[in-house]
Amino acid sequence: MPAPLRSVSGPALPFWQDNVDTDIIIPSREMKGTGKTGLAAGLFANRRYTDPVARTENPDFPLNWAEYREARIWLAGANVGCGSSREHAAWALAEQGFRAIVAPSFNPIFFGNCVRNGIAPIVLPRPVVEALGSPVTVDLETMTVTAASGEVHPFTLPEEVRTMLIEGLDPVALTLREADAIAAWQEADRKARPWAWLQ
Amino acid sequence: MPSLFESLWSAHEIRPGLIAIDRVMLHERTGAAALRALEAAGRSIVNPAHAFVVMDHIVDTRPGRTDSTLMPGGQAFITETRAAARAMGLTVFDVTDPDQGITHVISPELGIVLPGLTLVAPDSHTGTQGAFGALAWGIGSSEAEHALATGALRVAKPGAMRVTISGRLGPGVTPKDLALHLIARHGARGGEGMAVEFAGDAVTALDMEGRMTLCNMATEFGAFCALVAPDAATFAWLEGRRHAPKGAAWAEALAHWQTLRSGPDARFDRELHVDAADVAPMVSWGTSPQHSAPLTACVPTAAEAGLAAETHARALAYMGLAPGQPLLGLAIDGAFIGSCTNSRLSDLRRAAAVVKGRRVAPGVRKALVVPGSQAVKRAAEAEGLDGIFTSAGFEWRESGCSLCFYAGGESFGPGERVISSTNRNFESRQGPGTRTHIASPEVVAASAIRGAITDPAELTDRAELA
Repeated sequence: MPAPLRSVSGPALPFWQDNVDTDIIIPSREMKGTGKTGLAAGLFANRRYTDPVARTENPDFPLNWAEYREARIWLAGANVGCGSSREHAAWALAEQGFRAIVAPSFNPIFFGNCVRNGIAPIVLPRPVVEALGSPVTVDLETMTVTAASGEVHPFTLPEEVRTMLIEGLDPVALTLREADAIAAWQEADRKARPWAWLQ
Repeated sequence: MPSLFESLWSAHEIRPGLIAIDRVMLHERTGAAALRALEAAGRSIVNPAHAFVVMDHIVDTRPGRTDSTLMPGGQAFITETRAAARAMGLTVFDVTDPDQGITHVISPELGIVLPGLTLVAPDSHTGTQGAFGALAWGIGSSEAEHALATGALRVAKPGAMRVTISGRLGPGVTPKDLALHLIARHGARGGEGMAVEFAGDAVTALDMEGRMTLCNMATEFGAFCALVAPDAATFAWLEGRRHAPKGAAWAEALAHWQTLRSGPDARFDRELHVDAADVAPMVSWGTSPQHSAPLTACVPTAAEAGLAAETHARALAYMGLAPGQPLLGLAIDGAFIGSCTNSRLSDLRRAAAVVKGRRVAPGVRKALVVPGSQAVKRAAEAEGLDGIFTSAGFEWRESGCSLCFYAGGESFGPGERVISSTNRNFESRQGPGTRTHIASPEVVAASAIRGAITDPAELTDRAELA
């Protein structure tokens, strides 16, 4: 279960190419174990390293620059997290220490994976994202992003998503509170659509 | 009368934002992590009969396979997923099972997906199954745990979009070309976050396999899911399949399925129209499916492609191409026919028609055909398609996702140019530094024969391909 996230301040990684897919966030070959950990070193592997096997750092990739090594926020491009649904992308980002991504738009599966792993997915227009600078503060209580310049940008987030992040809630536990409503739906559905039930 | 999407969504709304899930499919790449997390939390699966586990992502596809795989550490994904799934009483389509295959290929073969159902899987191409009029979408691994443990998902309602394709696809033009045409024209974000219904006479004219190819590629259009209204072709496909309803239940289901369509006054948040006659055989030139063009085109400039100069330059540098270069005639090093996009019997038949009596060009280092399922493989072998491919010099493999993506094991080589019937031409998708061009199975076949990107019409009469 992710740690509660009221706000996060820190270095903001500028990597805002559009359509950064989950293969770029973590290549399939970096998903070496059957668990959810041990993934941070594989984050952005094909961009971060000139030789991903030897882990030779690519000096052109900002995550390797002193000011962004401890980045907590990723300033990303549109349609971030498109491609494969692999949750390893969110696991790797969380393990690396990222707690927020600010981007013009998110792939919906990746958006959900971020929320479930304590990473706030914040949508702001591209010109705003590119002008945020570093460090940046993302505050879920005031629903604002504060740029390095001190400029404040309000954002919106579905209320349920916001609550889940702020309280670090486990969505399964939350839904299990509604188990009676689900069971009632299922009982009615067995009568309405018996053909849809395999037993 | 609402849209098909709206009907399916509201029928599954336990309350706004909480959607009942009828089927969950898992695979070995993430299955173990999801099932173990459930177990560790002391949670059980609400309805194990509605959950299916498939070994498809990293299983070896070389003949005589076992649990061992070329991916370092890969075997643990298989054995741990199997152990967890068995302990929880789930149906497993195992490595050597006669029903094994790619999730989105075997689900329709076995009647796991049905019109009107909600179906989720931790795989982005789950929308493929929307070809049957089901609400099927890809989720993350934690969401799979959620669906298994609760029978429902918390999910924001996507917008509704309709893409109407009128007219008729020309001879030799396939659903893959139609999808690439749509994505090239409207972008990898063209259907972003939308439930996309494909409609129009060009869509109803497609067989079920063609509809699956089209819906599969909707993922590369940014769609939340894809849908085709079920019709006589859908029902004929499903009747008698293992998990499809039988007898009186079939009749009852059929009566319901026949109501599943968008009303004439259905409201959509976005509509697009495509004239099927405008679609030509396509191939990708860059590193996103959006970077696609007709086979007869040249590599576009950034302006022609409507791309930022930096994006365009990076894609061309990766692909080793320059603007103005003709796509036809680009020498290739590898060819791959397979994947959840294009590995079904009709795909293999069309590719075999091109290959028959010919040989893979000497410059092509690796050419392989990977059937989508064991059932496809058996049917293809019964028709002698395997012999056509192997005598031409293609490898004939066991079913699975195979070289659609590089997982650390088998791959194409750095800088190698590969023509592939898959859905993603991302950087390093099929191997570190590998340059992937995606196209239809027949374009892949023709290109393997010539050793260069080739229009199948140069090898066969178009009428033969239609």
